[in-house]
Amino acid sequence: MQETNEQGTAVEQSKPLDDLMQKVAEHKGCGTSGGSGKASCGSSAGQGDLPTEIWEKVKNHPCYSEEAHHHYARMHVAVAPACNIQCNYCNRKYDCANESRPGVVSEKLTPEQAAKKVVAVASTIPQMTVLGIAGPGDPLANPEKTFRTFELISEMAPDIKLCLSTNGLALPEHVETIKKFNVDHVTITINMVDPEVGAKIYPWIFHEHKRYKGVEAAKLLSDHQLRGLEMLTEAGILCKVNSVMIPGINDEHLVEVNKAVKSRGAFLHNIMPLISAPEHGTVFGLNGQRGPTAQELKALQDKCEGEMNMMRHCRQCRADAVGLLGEDRSAEFTTDKIMEMDVQYDPEVRREYQETVEREREAKVVAKQAELEEIAGEQSDIRVLVAVATKGSGRINEHFGHAKEFQIYELSTAGSKFVGHRRVDLYCQGGYGDEDALPTVIRAISDCHAVFVAKIGGCPRDELKGAGIEPVDGYAHEFIEQSALAWFKDYLGRVQSGEIEHIDRGDAAIRQGAYVA
Amino acid sequence: MAYKIVSSQCTACSACEPECPNNAIREKDGTFIIKPEKCTECIGYFDDPQCVAVCPVDDTCIIDNSYPRYEAAV
Repeated sequence: MQETNEQGTAVEQSKPLDDLMQKVAEHKGCGTSGGSGKASCGSSAGQGDLPTEIWEKVKNHPCYSEEAHHHYARMHVAVAPACNIQCNYCNRKYDCANESRPGVVSEKLTPEQAAKKVVAVASTIPQMTVLGIAGPGDPLANPEKTFRTFELISEMAPDIKLCLSTNGLALPEHVETIKKFNVDHVTITINMVDPEVGAKIYPWIFHEHKRYKGVEAAKLLSDHQLRGLEMLTEAGILCKVNSVMIPGINDEHLVEVNKAVKSRGAFLHNIMPLISAPEHGTVFGLNGQRGPTAQELKALQDKCEGEMNMMRHCRQCRADAVGLLGEDRSAEFTTDKIMEMDVQYDPEVRREYQETVEREREAKVVAKQAELEEIAGEQSDIRVLVAVATKGSGRINEHFGHAKEFQIYELSTAGSKFVGHRRVDLYCQGGYGDEDALPTVIRAISDCHAVFVAKIGGCPRDELKGAGIEPVDGYAHEFIEQSALAWFKDYLGRVQSGEIEHIDRGDAAIRQGAYVA
Repeated sequence: MAYKIVSSQCTACSACEPECPNNAIREKDGTFIIKPEKCTECIGYFDDPQCVAVCPVDDTCIIDNSYPRYEAAV
């Protein structure tokens, strides 16, 4: 039997959703102790050299912690449709069933609908720890809807972390409110600190009843972004900076952006590839602006990494995404379906589930540590990338043909490091291999030496081998990094004995668009 | 004249609604519309019509020629 939580109305168990909503409405403003419900099992898995107070903030946040993204899920609610700037990589006019990319959503929600959705998802997916508002416009261009949503959720589900993602134009005027609503993670998209560069990315901004264009617009935007960042970090709010890498426009400049945001206290920098295709109808899509290749992106991320933590696990998700970062379960939670759900928000069930997750995380770190000690004696300059098919939990637990993406790890005698992921959405559908799709998969991981899978069919196995990528199914359901390091040790042994020759691999292509369910 | 919203172009992003100084804009059937009798083309409030300035899709908030030119009340 579970106990009734003492924290008040919002978290009572076995209450149908509408009752909950009603109680929230009646008890508006009642005190809840948000922090006390959070997992406190004291796991240090993945903490590395992070200060404890920051680790406490990020350890269950899939976007702010790479390690956490294998275990914890997030959701976005699309309550903020209006935007106050225009970006050349965005087009608000296009939204059809076949489109899936940031800025596009299937349905807009009111704050009340959004709160219902959050409670419904949190009850179904106990590892959902983070609620973000990321548009499809700009959350701070819709301040009333955004903050009303936060207010409702903090009362109904106080254990859920709140975060928002903004272009930063309206940020300085809202820092106080952000603080007031206990939003402890903010992402700002900063693509430039030089207005001349900005003028090539932003055709206009709307500020204080006026449309500004060109360099003047970019300068205003940049000033507000950097000032907002400083104000947030001073207020103790954790900031991540997103930058879109646009080859020939801001690719080299992003090193400067990286320095500027680090010096202003940003915790994490996420350099993302431009999503650009003519069918999106964006300025960049129509004028043929290309996105970076996988290796161009990695080279820039590597270059900036000496300066600060780099995020490499971003999936550029939609403003209505639900689930682990590599999946999108939003189709299970449409407004129609939510209204029919009999939701029972039970924080105790969530807490128990999350404790299990923490134990799993610790086991994973111990396993990796043991393998690292094994490899410590090896001497080699060889550095390889490997691709991994996983459904989450940090294990090799996905069939090659079912993988919608592969996670990429870099292996050397210094250890293993997560360096990114590659989309390959559904090469295999209905259990039959789609022959045409395999070359697409191979292109996406062609810079890798091996691919780790739970299972793989005979045909793709042979084709991968032919392409110089070793299919590895001997570590099915084992921990990813421990297995990769064990394989790498064996690989080095095979190279040393002359059994195989180590050959450098080439580049790989980045698939366009956001994930679809 | 008043402004009108070309509904086939409107993304229903709602950016225009709070910017209108006359509360002339509201949602109807999935897009937004301007009540012509309330629209003052922002004359007397701002240099530019706010719906035009904030709209993310060009040529979506346009002059409605079926109405006479707005004249500020004296």
